[in-house]
Amino acid sequence: MAVAVDMRTFLAHVELANPVTTAAGCASAGRELAQFFDLHRLGALTTRSVTMAPRAGRPTPRMAETPSGMLNAVGLQGPGIDVFLERELPWLAQRGIRTIVSIGGGSVAEYSELARRLADAPGVTALEVNLSCPNMEDRGRVFAREGGTAAEVIASVRSIMRYDVPVVAKLAPDVADIVAVARSCVDAGADALCMINNPLGMAIDTETLRPSLAAVTGGLSGPAILPLAVRCVWQVHAALPGVPLIGVGGVMTGRDAFQLVLAGACAVGVGTALFNDPYACLRIERELEDLLQARGFQRLADAVGLAHRPPGGAARHLLVDTEESTS
Amino acid sequence: MQVTGTVLTTRRVDAYHALTVVAPGIAERHRPGHFVSVAVGGAHSSMVTRRALTVHDVKADYGGTVELVFTVRGPGTAWLAERRARDTLDLVGPLGRPFPLPRDPVHCVLVGAEYGSAVLFPLADMLLERGCRVDFVLGAASADRVFGAMRARRLAETTTLTTEDGSLGLRGRVTDALPSVIADTRADAVYACGPMESLRAVTAVAMEFDIPVQVAVEESMACGIGVCMTCVLPVIGDDGATRMVRACAEGPVFRGERVRFEDVGTIPFDALGAPGGGARHAG
Repeated sequence: MAVAVDMRTFLAHVELANPVTTAAGCASAGRELAQFFDLHRLGALTTRSVTMAPRAGRPTPRMAETPSGMLNAVGLQGPGIDVFLERELPWLAQRGIRTIVSIGGGSVAEYSELARRLADAPGVTALEVNLSCPNMEDRGRVFAREGGTAAEVIASVRSIMRYDVPVVAKLAPDVADIVAVARSCVDAGADALCMINNPLGMAIDTETLRPSLAAVTGGLSGPAILPLAVRCVWQVHAALPGVPLIGVGGVMTGRDAFQLVLAGACAVGVGTALFNDPYACLRIERELEDLLQARGFQRLADAVGLAHRPPGGAARHLLVDTEESTS
Repeated sequence: MQVTGTVLTTRRVDAYHALTVVAPGIAERHRPGHFVSVAVGGAHSSMVTRRALTVHDVKADYGGTVELVFTVRGPGTAWLAERRARDTLDLVGPLGRPFPLPRDPVHCVLVGAEYGSAVLFPLADMLLERGCRVDFVLGAASADRVFGAMRARRLAETTTLTTEDGSLGLRGRVTDALPSVIADTRADAVYACGPMESLRAVTAVAMEFDIPVQVAVEESMACGIGVCMTCVLPVIGDDGATRMVRACAEGPVFRGERVRFEDVGTIPFDALGAPGGGARHAG
């Protein structure tokens, strides 16, 4: 008999009805996707990275399709924190949509100011700190690549946000040691980690003989980066098994999401898939549930990090099943 | 809305391809200027971005069909060109903001460059229904790239064709013929679709005659629904401020004089949120 799988998951102490969220920067602030489906059906909506000032972003072309993926160089285009607080967040809050607000800044002070502005705003389920921004006070070196400055940002944001709003550090994969950066962020107070942000890539147009993107380099996303995400989640979960992880990177199907869950993610972000299929989050959630059910899982939580068990060791959820059937 | 459409017929139109797809829901909601996006490469495709396609014709048969026109530019459109009757396509639409229509029966000149003409035919039908006079100016580099000349001749009061190589109609560009057409027809409004350079030139002519011009832009986009932020161009808003707006969501139709054609592909220094205007860092 097929019993529905319990898909609930916890981001620190915050319960989400299911593990599927949108990835930052891939669902704007929700309104566009709301034309297609009820946003309440998401585990959470993650907003684009909100910045202090309005940002016009990068010149076009901003996008280039690449094998099994795409490059983007949007440059955090957005209306800034004032408009976000005035129009976008209230729209989500009034509807009671679980919202993970992503923030991006150029200095520790800027991240802190954003946290201060969001600290008392209703409707913030969790705060995600996009650390893949260049640090203007350190020759533009990306925060996510420096454990020390990343920790400084997280510590400051954590001290400002209310205790009941989890702070999530979003990490970049193109670093020498992602576990070290993850550990610095957790030590600084991050309640959860989200990985991976887009690694940098580049494409060259063989007609114009020039870089395909106006910004020359851009973030690589799509199925091409799924193995990179699985590796990062695996390594960080192995080192920090108690830390909730949001796995993001190239998830197109429930099976992709399942890989991230088995590697140690308790939630899964869907990004580029949304460009291809506006209903991707719902489809992936359904497919993940079906896969769990087919393998005898009763709870999503039982599958989180399961791939780390020693080879040959029987999966616990199946043992439980056997006991029940013999009694 | 998302629809799994079934290909009804395929045809070549000179240098272009046209697919008629049964797409109930999309067809009935379609207004001239709307576009649809299509996923390419099949279920396990390595191509993750959707292709935005022009709707050339909408019919009520078979529960609603749309005819999509495109040119082969890469592997995605090449895959589309290989579709045959009874194949299925993943369509999302109708997308974007349609052409605003005049309240009164005015004189309209419809200017199409390359296969940008395609989007003008449903518009012409709608304008004629409202008692407007419609005149076409269609042009391209060569005769085989002028789209819809026959249909234009059937619909419009006059149809002027231009080719850069002189193989059809007048030698030159659409904007070489446009001033005399506007003057002869005493046009009240211009509608245009085509490459950015043509739209810039058409807008300049319309502004010289001091008549409104609506342009439908063709920007490359990944999603078509307003979330990927890759199809932006600088457009002046009602408040006079320039913003980087999405061709898919705020467009694809804009008032020509509002589009800063010279600055497309850049972030104008005075655009809202431009570098130096407050936010210094890049992300």
